[in-house]
Amino acid sequence: MRVRFLPCLATLLLAICAAAPRSYAAETPDPVADARAFRDYFTKKFPKVALEDFVNGPYSMNADMHRQWEEKEQFPPYEFALEAGKEMFSKPFRNGKSYADCFANGGIGVRQTYPMFDSTEGKVITLELALNRCREANSEAPYSYVKDEMAALTAYMAFTSRGKPFDIRIPDDPRALDAYQEGKRYFYTRRGQLNFSCATCHVQSPGERIRAEVLAPALGILNAMPIYRSEWSGMGTTSRRFTSCNSQIRGVPLEPQSDEYRNLEYYLSYVSNGLPISGPGARP
Amino acid sequence: MSGHRMALVVASLLLAGVSPAHADGSEADFKAAYAAADAAEKEAGTLRNQWTTTESTLAAAKKAAAAGNFEQAAALSKEAEALAKASIFQATSEKDAWKALEIR
Repeated sequence: MRVRFLPCLATLLLAICAAAPRSYAAETPDPVADARAFRDYFTKKFPKVALEDFVNGPYSMNADMHRQWEEKEQFPPYEFALEAGKEMFSKPFRNGKSYADCFANGGIGVRQTYPMFDSTEGKVITLELALNRCREANSEAPYSYVKDEMAALTAYMAFTSRGKPFDIRIPDDPRALDAYQEGKRYFYTRRGQLNFSCATCHVQSPGERIRAEVLAPALGILNAMPIYRSEWSGMGTTSRRFTSCNSQIRGVPLEPQSDEYRNLEYYLSYVSNGLPISGPGARP
Repeated sequence: MSGHRMALVVASLLLAGVSPAHADGSEADFKAAYAAADAAEKEAGTLRNQWTTTESTLAAAKKAAAAGNFEQAAALSKEAEALAKASIFQATSEKDAWKALEIR
């Protein structure tokens, strides 16, 4: 019995030793290393694309597309939304207060700091969520998260931050690190009947065509939000982008501003830290 | 088992899977099949991983039943259940599999 027991015990101990360091390493997120690896991956994959040009999505992928973007920018299709957003932003609520009262620096030039982690609530707060909370705090009805007014407001706020580098912080709070890690998990998890993850298109295949569209790289993909998409014949927010991506792979989208999408936005924005805000943008 | 015999068994299983269980389906057959599909889809919902195709197949099953075509309704329910179970499998296997895609 003793002779048989010892090899079993040894095998068990070896298995524990072999498994323990791997699982520990896998479960300890290192956002700084992640962001570095993320950036390195794309800059090595596309050595001819200037780092700040990744924010132009598919238009950064080749010279022809880049020329299209330059021409589009002369009469940008998001211009109407931008004007509407500026007007809406400056119009006071019925109680006399305004959006400016809800944000640091009166809401001007702050887009690059969103999403941010709220340590009081223990959750990620996106710009769209902050705007609707501002409305509700001032007795106004919230807007739809996917387009129209919300797209116009975020377009204006993005415009006031153009050129400012993404500056997403992960505070020293285990919940913030968890939110980041959950966002990363969502980004790489395959879903939908097509069995695609966000990474399938935007990490493994940027620059490739999927039907008539050129896929955007994940690096800098949120810097241009919100966007006018020809496919939508209108403006769309980050929420619209996430939900429509899920539908396209035959997954039932989650509700806009669900914890999953908020965490995903946190992760994706963090790994694009340092790249300039270019929103509002235009996409095919 | 030889390769041919294995292929025969697999083919038989596949044929059994696509053949309607009852040629003249009843409302009770549909209700049982739909309840199983609906339960699987609810489980996929708790895993936050439902598929649009499951939803549309469930809706089509209901529509066929409303039109009195219980045979088709039961077949569609079984298809929806298979889709829901595949989405559950996907969500379960991806709990760890996602790490393989990560940029390091």
